[in-house]
Amino acid sequence: MSLLDFLLRNHREVLKLVLEHLLLVSVATGVAIAIGVPLGILLTRKPSLSKPVLGFANIMQTVPSLALFGFLIPVNLYLFHVRILGGIGARTAIVALVLYALLPIIRNTFTGIRGVDPAIREAGKGMGMTDWQLLFQVELPLALGVIISGIRVATVICVGTATIAAAIDAGGLGRYIFRGLRMNDNVLILAGAVPAALIALGADLLFGCFERTIQLGRTINTKSRKIIWATASVVALAAIVGMVIFFSGKTSGRIAVGSKDFTEQVILGELLAQAIEAKTGLDVERRFDLGGTMAHEALVAGEIDLYVEYTGTAWLAILKGQPSSDPRQVYSRVKDDYTHRFRLDWTEPLGFNNTFAILVRGEDARKLHLKSVSDAAKVSNQWRAGFGQDFMSRADGYPGFARVYGFHFEEVREMELSLTYRALAEKQVDLIAGNSTDGLISRYGLVQLEDDRHYFPPYDAVPVVRQAVLEKYPELRGVLKQLGGILSVEEMRKLNYAVDGEKRQPKDVVREFLTQKGFVR
Amino acid sequence: MKAEDEKSIEFRHVSFRLPNGKTLLADLNLEVRQGETLVLLGRSGSGKTTTMKLVNRLLDPTEGEVRVEGESTLRWDPIKLRRRIGYVIQEIGLFPHFTVEQNIGVVPRLEGWEPERISARARELLIMVGLDPDRFAARFPRELSGGQRQRVGVARALAADPPIILLDEPFGALDPITRREIQQEFRRLRERLKKTLIFVTHDVGEAFLLAHRIGLVQDGKMILLGSPADLLASKDPEACAFAACLSGAPSPGGPA
Repeated sequence: MSLLDFLLRNHREVLKLVLEHLLLVSVATGVAIAIGVPLGILLTRKPSLSKPVLGFANIMQTVPSLALFGFLIPVNLYLFHVRILGGIGARTAIVALVLYALLPIIRNTFTGIRGVDPAIREAGKGMGMTDWQLLFQVELPLALGVIISGIRVATVICVGTATIAAAIDAGGLGRYIFRGLRMNDNVLILAGAVPAALIALGADLLFGCFERTIQLGRTINTKSRKIIWATASVVALAAIVGMVIFFSGKTSGRIAVGSKDFTEQVILGELLAQAIEAKTGLDVERRFDLGGTMAHEALVAGEIDLYVEYTGTAWLAILKGQPSSDPRQVYSRVKDDYTHRFRLDWTEPLGFNNTFAILVRGEDARKLHLKSVSDAAKVSNQWRAGFGQDFMSRADGYPGFARVYGFHFEEVREMELSLTYRALAEKQVDLIAGNSTDGLISRYGLVQLEDDRHYFPPYDAVPVVRQAVLEKYPELRGVLKQLGGILSVEEMRKLNYAVDGEKRQPKDVVREFLTQKGFVR
Repeated sequence: MKAEDEKSIEFRHVSFRLPNGKTLLADLNLEVRQGETLVLLGRSGSGKTTTMKLVNRLLDPTEGEVRVEGESTLRWDPIKLRRRIGYVIQEIGLFPHFTVEQNIGVVPRLEGWEPERISARARELLIMVGLDPDRFAARFPRELSGGQRQRVGVARALAADPPIILLDEPFGALDPITRREIQQEFRRLRERLKKTLIFVTHDVGEAFLLAHRIGLVQDGKMILLGSPADLLASKDPEACAFAACLSGAPSPGGPA
């Protein structure tokens, strides 16, 4: 399917995402102007402040955006009972975007005003202008071109950074980009990236146009000044209205189900949501596609109420425990620690383990009678292996794996994880470490070898729920108990393939599955 | 009212030092009578401009006091003081984003005049400084020649009819011929206006053309205060040096 086909077929959704994106950018830019311009002016009056303030804005720009989101989610800041900082969603995204947009606006306001010819400033002062009159009648109009070029840079930065905001469920064109990356679907990536690039170009052209007319000096008669002020007021008003809408917070009386940002997680999120809807009648809010450890942060912050986590991930990445390969031990330790540290409850495991799967081609497995990883280690001297970057670098990854099993490959190739399956099927490599639940395993007829030395930690999928929610809605406990053991590895693979391979909607796939299991009628 | 009224501007033992201790003016005493033109003459960096800025409180004296219309400048509200004093600087300082008419109308607008009155005043002043209002009122400063800009600068200083006007090398950046013309015109204009003027220059010809009295400033001190004739008669080496410039000047005009 070509990009144009996709855009035409999904024009409603595209338009919605574009609008979300524009709203994020304009609110963030508006707020950044409202803060940055007065701050820049203040710096011209108190130059001793300029170093710390510009330094702070500079540092903000160097913080990676996902890290900044991560910092902001647990924050709880209220102003007149309205939460202005923290949590997932557009609020936090906007705060982060504002922080990124501030530097060019403050800096250009400051240098623009400082750059006004001192003779002109002295003439104004000598004629008896007050400081305010000098500022509004002389300095600001003369610095306007430079200030607008700062706003122009800030807007373009915002358009780009707003795509990452999808990682914390803030919407916008980033949704397509993240979904596309996850599904390895270039059309989807472009469907997000191309409109975002067009918005950036449009904003750049618009402000460039503004800048040129102002530098020509044609527009600063009274009439144009009125137009500029009117435009500025409209933008400011839109910013305020947008803020109020965004900041009005999570609606109560709802269960918010989260998920991380890959297919299996979206399916599992949908599974929890539909099961809860079917059995309890509670209102369910879906807050999927949270990037990195955002789902965990959001759960701790009370922004979502439950999501599916993997025991190994919680143990290694969140609790920073030592690698362990006993599934029951890991489960009971994360359950204990989560109860005490976070007041979060690990309920029944869903039944499958999404661990590293050491995979070979089906024909090789049959020909060489390979059942376990140890079997493969004996015959692998001439083999080439293909591993994802993640497997090559992590604590429970390649180095330990090769040592424990005594592997000596002829060649080890590091590549994008999603490409290793095809590389194996096409005989470019002979062994890979995939995800045990990946739908491509059945699709390419690959065989998973048994981890007979128990090298890999268990990654059992388990719903994690806030205790407060379980107390408030005790009926949830029953639903989650019923979900215990509902999914085998093969079933998870099939569901993943239905979405990734057959491009079906997670919602439909999950409904079908739950019906088949007799969970819903 | 009283004899005090005669004195428009008065310096009493005025010194001005920078925060780093460098003395720019030391124990300056002078008075300027109403309607009089005092020309401050001296080399670059001698302290002429500093003296001028003490009058409209762009600077405050570190010692002594400057009185304007009988009142110490420190007791004046600086904004009110400055609006009673026209100010023309060498760089002119026309606002590049204002038209000629808007530039001239700055102080009247700050003073809250009616738009029609401001406009009429601007046109009147343009005629007075020799510019056709119909051609020039709507232009921006960058669309004017250097001489035209200076005329607008002078018109702007006159706009709210202030009793005192400070001019800091207003014609310094002009070519010699234009400068000559504009100096002559300014002299005629001055006769009509009857204002107190302090005029800073390093051009001794200009000083002789315009001054009722000349104050010769050297290294922050007033070394001579008197009529142009006093300057010519002085034995002081600095005065002689300036006088020599006058006689050695190749321009055919000479002193008025």
